Amino acid sequence: MFLEYFNYWIVVFLMMAGFYIVIAHDNLIKKIVGLNIFQASVFVLYISFGKITGGTAPIIAEGFSVYSNPLPHVLILTAIVVGVATTALGLALVVRINEAYGTIEDDEIHKADEEED
Amino acid sequence: MRSYLVLRVVSKLLMPFILLFALYVQFHGDFGPGGGFQAGVIFASAFILYALIFGVKDAGAVLPRGILRFGIAMGVLLYAGVGVFNLLVGGNFLDYNVMAKDPTLGQHLGIWLVELGVGLTVASVMVTIFFTFAGHRYRPQ
Amino acid sequence: MVAHFPALLVIIPLIGAPICMLVRVRDWSWAVATICTWASFAISWLLLQQVISDGSISYQMGGWAPPIGIEYRIDMANAFVMLIVTGIGSVIMPYARESVRAEYGVRRVYFFYTSYLLCFCGLLGVAATGDAFNLFVFLEINSLATYVLVGMGKDRRALTAAYQYLVLGTIGATFIVIGIGLLYAETGTLNMYDLADRIEKVGASRTIGAAFAFLVVGISLKLALFPLHLWLPNAYTYAPSMVSAFLAATATKVAVYVLLRFLFSVFNIELTFDVLPLDYIFAALAVIAMFAASTVAIFQENLKRMLAYSSVAQIGYIVLGISLHNAAGVTASVLHLFNHAIIKGGMFLALGCIVYRLGTVNIHHLQGIGRRMPLTTAALVTGGLGLIGVPLTAGFVSKWYLVIAAIEKGWWPLGLLVLLSSLLAVVYVWRIVEVAYMKPVPENAEQVEEAPSSLLFPTFILIGASIYFGIDTDLPLDAAIETAKQLTGNGE
Repeated sequence: MFLEYFNYWIVVFLMMAGFYIVIAHDNLIKKIVGLNIFQASVFVLYISFGKITGGTAPIIAEGFSVYSNPLPHVLILTAIVVGVATTALGLALVVRINEAYGTIEDDEIHKADEEED
Repeated sequence: MRSYLVLRVVSKLLMPFILLFALYVQFHGDFGPGGGFQAGVIFASAFILYALIFGVKDAGAVLPRGILRFGIAMGVLLYAGVGVFNLLVGGNFLDYNVMAKDPTLGQHLGIWLVELGVGLTVASVMVTIFFTFAGHRYRPQ
Repeated sequence: MVAHFPALLVIIPLIGAPICMLVRVRDWSWAVATICTWASFAISWLLLQQVISDGSISYQMGGWAPPIGIEYRIDMANAFVMLIVTGIGSVIMPYARESVRAEYGVRRVYFFYTSYLLCFCGLLGVAATGDAFNLFVFLEINSLATYVLVGMGKDRRALTAAYQYLVLGTIGATFIVIGIGLLYAETGTLNMYDLADRIEKVGASRTIGAAFAFLVVGISLKLALFPLHLWLPNAYTYAPSMVSAFLAATATKVAVYVLLRFLFSVFNIELTFDVLPLDYIFAALAVIAMFAASTVAIFQENLKRMLAYSSVAQIGYIVLGISLHNAAGVTASVLHLFNHAIIKGGMFLALGCIVYRLGTVNIHHLQGIGRRMPLTTAALVTGGLGLIGVPLTAGFVSKWYLVIAAIEKGWWPLGLLVLLSSLLAVVYVWRIVEVAYMKPVPENAEQVEEAPSSLLFPTFILIGASIYFGIDTDLPLDAAIETAKQLTGNGE
């Protein structure tokens, strides 16, 4: 059972690892990295759904009759683009936070905020 | 990094091939893996390579901010323009069948134009993101 | 062209955004944004009339028939939510001109309007679409633009608020994607109405249950339901004033629409509420939200943060109506969507007027402001009366329907809890009234005059609407009743 569903075990591992990094680490860039790992697990999940046993890549070619489902591939392309945009936006915010606070550790930023107001 | 001879020569040799490969990936999207987003990123990576070796200032002279902003906006407008054109000619929004006399040709044309718009926007956005991060001067408050 | 209204509604802001990016002459980008939002408002009004007279409209994107193609299905719930979003978006535009120009300077306003139009387009796309993955794409377009808008606040804490919102919002959106993926794996389709048919055939398998859980948690994060509301107070407090008003009035409302669509149309009502005990969970969380958030709001010193916590409590009322899942409960929820949007939008606009003149919304610096800025404070207090639910305001009508729905279901203690939490709202509105009218103006206070009319006019439109729709409830009430009938009846 482990080898049959190997993809899905990897999905679960990556999802939990990414989620743990987002929650547990204080460094803002590490949180973004965790978010990326979390999203990558979702990509693996979708592509694993799309694979049909014995199917080849979903591009019409001579001599093949069974193709993998192309729809999850298209969905994942969109989701990858969304992930890239989110990462870029998050990193831009981190650069500005570094300029404004002088640090990118979440607990130091919280302390600076509490002292302010 | 401009003083390293190997880096300079190899990157100058590679850049045209990277750009050409990006165009190949762009226009062969219906026959193989490819399409707008992938091609845009590869196209941008050529300019990012140039900026890494020769500095952001020189790369910024090749692609000034105004042109990049124009590229971002024009790609989205091209995509939406194709859709609106389909509306005006008589089909639904983004219905490529009405773009030419023969529906198959219309589909080809529609997808080609739309992917071109996507590639243009993605390449401009990727280069803009890199220039913004790399050319940013740390100004603490 | 009339047949293409569903697509035009979403496309016009999407075209306006790159045009705003190209137009950098003075504030012509404001003019482009105003034209786009007003055009969208006109189209959504005509679309609502069409749905009322003809029934649901189905529009095939790209000419491909569903379930293979993406379909925009406009029924009463869609049309009503899109009317709310375009209405608030249009009313805010005259306000935005002065407010944004004062906060950013004329040369950089085009960035603001580009993000604003993208946010607007995303919200309309979420409401219009009938395809599950298309909903995720537009939700992310909207969310990314929202993070940019929130991060544009002047206080440096706007940046941390935007970052926190980004991390939490992306986790929520990823949960939604996982839910949609699991649904696709089980049924093989992404079209919402086809999904409804196939889920009914499959029943409550483990995949459907897991997809349901992921979807509900993801949407609740976007909705700011009680334990997942942590991003909301910071985001509303430190965002620019116009952005706070727009977000408070529209972002969570569209998330409520997504929840209604998934709970009632995609997963049918027996699966949601009989097989899985969602009504108890939502009722419990809603009651906690109502009481805890109202209590926290009482102790806040920053008025924007007070209204933000008040928003969390009002969302608790809306979710309570959903958990009752009879026709009256869903009517109350949809009605409160409309009423809360106009009340909160108006109140945040009034706070923006105060920020424009005084630069702060800390309650200690606002002593005697009822005498210095009488019109603005009158608008703020009238909105507060709507939050409490005083008769003759819009808030009263939705709370009335909520209590009726609770009694109809047989859960009358919930009705009592609704009334008790309204008393908490009295406390924090009284704090505003006391500081504004009953404290004397301090001697060293600067001379401020009333806010300019371009800021006051939209505020009074929204607050006036909250009074008008409290007295003449035809439009929102009929729309809400029809929506509830379509959602809870035999579905679509």
